[in-house]
Amino acid sequence: MTQLIWNGLFVGSFYALVALGYSMVYGIIKLLNFAHGDIYMLGAFIGFAMLTSVGVIPASLSITALLIVLLLVMISTGAIGVAIERVAYRPLRNSPRLAVLITAVGASFTLEYGVAAMAGPNPRVFPVRLEGQTFDVLGARISAPQIVLMVVAIILMLGLNSYVQRTSMGRAMRAIALDPKGSLLMGINVNKVITWTFFIGSALAGAAGVMAGAYYGKIDFLMGFIIGLKAFTAAVIGGIGNIKGAMLGGLLLGLLEAFGSQWLGGQWRDVFTFAVLILFLTLKPTGLLGERVTERV
Amino acid sequence: MSENVDSSTAPRLIGKPASAVSRLFESKQLGWAAFAIAVVFPFLIANNYAMNIATTAVIFVLLASGLNMVVGYCGLLDLGYIAFMAVGAYTAGIVSKAFELPILYTIPAVIIMCILSGLVIGGPTLRLRSDYLAIVTLGFGEIIRLTANNLDITGGPSGIYGIPGIQLFGLDLSAPVPFYYFCVVVVSLLVLGSARLGKSRLGRAWRFVREDEDAAEAMGIHTYKVKLAAYIFGAVWGGFGGLLFAAHLSAISPQSFVFLQSALVLMAVVLGGMGNTRGVVVGAVVISLMPELLRDMGNLRYVIFGVVLVAMMVLRPQGFWPARAYEPERPVHDNDPPGGGPGRPDGGTRPGARGRRSRGAGATGADSAKGGAA
Repeated sequence: MTQLIWNGLFVGSFYALVALGYSMVYGIIKLLNFAHGDIYMLGAFIGFAMLTSVGVIPASLSITALLIVLLLVMISTGAIGVAIERVAYRPLRNSPRLAVLITAVGASFTLEYGVAAMAGPNPRVFPVRLEGQTFDVLGARISAPQIVLMVVAIILMLGLNSYVQRTSMGRAMRAIALDPKGSLLMGINVNKVITWTFFIGSALAGAAGVMAGAYYGKIDFLMGFIIGLKAFTAAVIGGIGNIKGAMLGGLLLGLLEAFGSQWLGGQWRDVFTFAVLILFLTLKPTGLLGERVTERV
Repeated sequence: MSENVDSSTAPRLIGKPASAVSRLFESKQLGWAAFAIAVVFPFLIANNYAMNIATTAVIFVLLASGLNMVVGYCGLLDLGYIAFMAVGAYTAGIVSKAFELPILYTIPAVIIMCILSGLVIGGPTLRLRSDYLAIVTLGFGEIIRLTANNLDITGGPSGIYGIPGIQLFGLDLSAPVPFYYFCVVVVSLLVLGSARLGKSRLGRAWRFVREDEDAAEAMGIHTYKVKLAAYIFGAVWGGFGGLLFAAHLSAISPQSFVFLQSALVLMAVVLGGMGNTRGVVVGAVVISLMPELLRDMGNLRYVIFGVVLVAMMVLRPQGFWPARAYEPERPVHDNDPPGGGPGRPDGGTRPGARGRRSRGAGATGADSAKGGAA
């Protein structure tokens, strides 16, 4: 039982990290960034490329190396996210939603198969594998890398939260989410803020990708697809567009999955997740923390 | 274009007179020409490889015309369309294997299952906005695939094999060329059906919902029912695609119904021109032949697909061969007080494209003069 809860929270923190980017972008420009899950995959692959280019890393330094790589990956996936926004989404900002959605699907495709063409379609083994001793806490087996990754995830989330709440850029983001036209009139550089939003969201997704690669040890070019869907589910559960909601939704989804796969068997885990998504969208489309939208749903 | 205009009710063409090229593109004989090309094709190349690809292309045309009803006519983005094909294929496969029936006898079961799955997914989710709907359909597609992967009745990851081919009136049509002709005939009828549906009252309601759902609702269209109808028709078309697919390959497995396939069908619709059946047919043929032409490029070909999809939306979102951007107009009856009735000031506010419409005596002269200038 405790083991289930711990596993759920651990997986959930990955979901939450990816969901944050989804939720931020959606909150600000009401765009479902389909390519977001693929940024996560890209993060894993860029981390992989960086680590393999260095050569053999002694096991004692693996955590440090990983943290440095994490930082570099965050910068590069952030830049890629900004580039995608620039090329694919910005020209379409006033287009019908259908067109934007299709563009997002196209961007996701380009990333997935671009990586497949460059790195090969077969799964790769991540060079740094986090292994450490396990502790017994209240009957649950908790390993040291899990704790490290959890702590990194929590730091990133808390950092983002205070960034959005405390800084002027964060205030601008919240203002645009409320009323883009009004913010433009008040002198906010909307394009710059949106660029930042994409940067931050993509950087978080990239970080989650590296962490997942280091933890699970295997990466492949389609790994972003399912995680993207799940992150969306997490964002919906928490209330899309709401940053705290994305964190809560991620953790909740992790727990739901852990229990769901315990009851139904592991092979039904993803089915269970999507069923939760459909149920949530049907019964409470605003999510747990979302505000009521006046727009007819 | 002729598909949109019911010539018996729209008195004359609206807007500029069509050039020779666009007259050719709007010609009613074009469908027959395409049919003729499809019929002649085996006489040109009839080896197994070519027939295989041609049959796949024809099935793909069917899928694209089905998705066109959902995305093109009704404006509902469905990212899990291949799920309906999976439902059709699995239903046909399971029923024909379990009861040792010829595969054509499974058609009622396929239709029923597709309508049910359309209702199951459409019922709760069609009240959602477009992007939520897109994700839900994506999730639904994955649910179907994973379920097929995990159930015993669907054969798990290895799927179902040994599905019988098509037999009609005691004739065995499972050889490549007869099967190809069978597909061509079935698909032509279904494509024609989807084009006719697009012109029908329901089809006009679909377009209205696509353009402005709130306005459509305000005008008395039951948008929910109309959208559900689009979904169900799309599902049935997809199910037929699945049936033909199962009969064609005689084996199905969950790998055939991945998201990539949904995206390719969507791509065919978008590339051809959403809402225009002819464009969609051409788009489907191009998309299904492209992988064969680009076979040497490996995964790069899907990168090209992605880039084309983005470029298409940025540069030419209406597709290469879009539907004409006007709605067929009703004839004006004498007892029908039209918007431009006697009390209304002539010309002025009237948009140019409508100005030329014949409204009987009176307003026409001033209207068309202003309309032409606008």
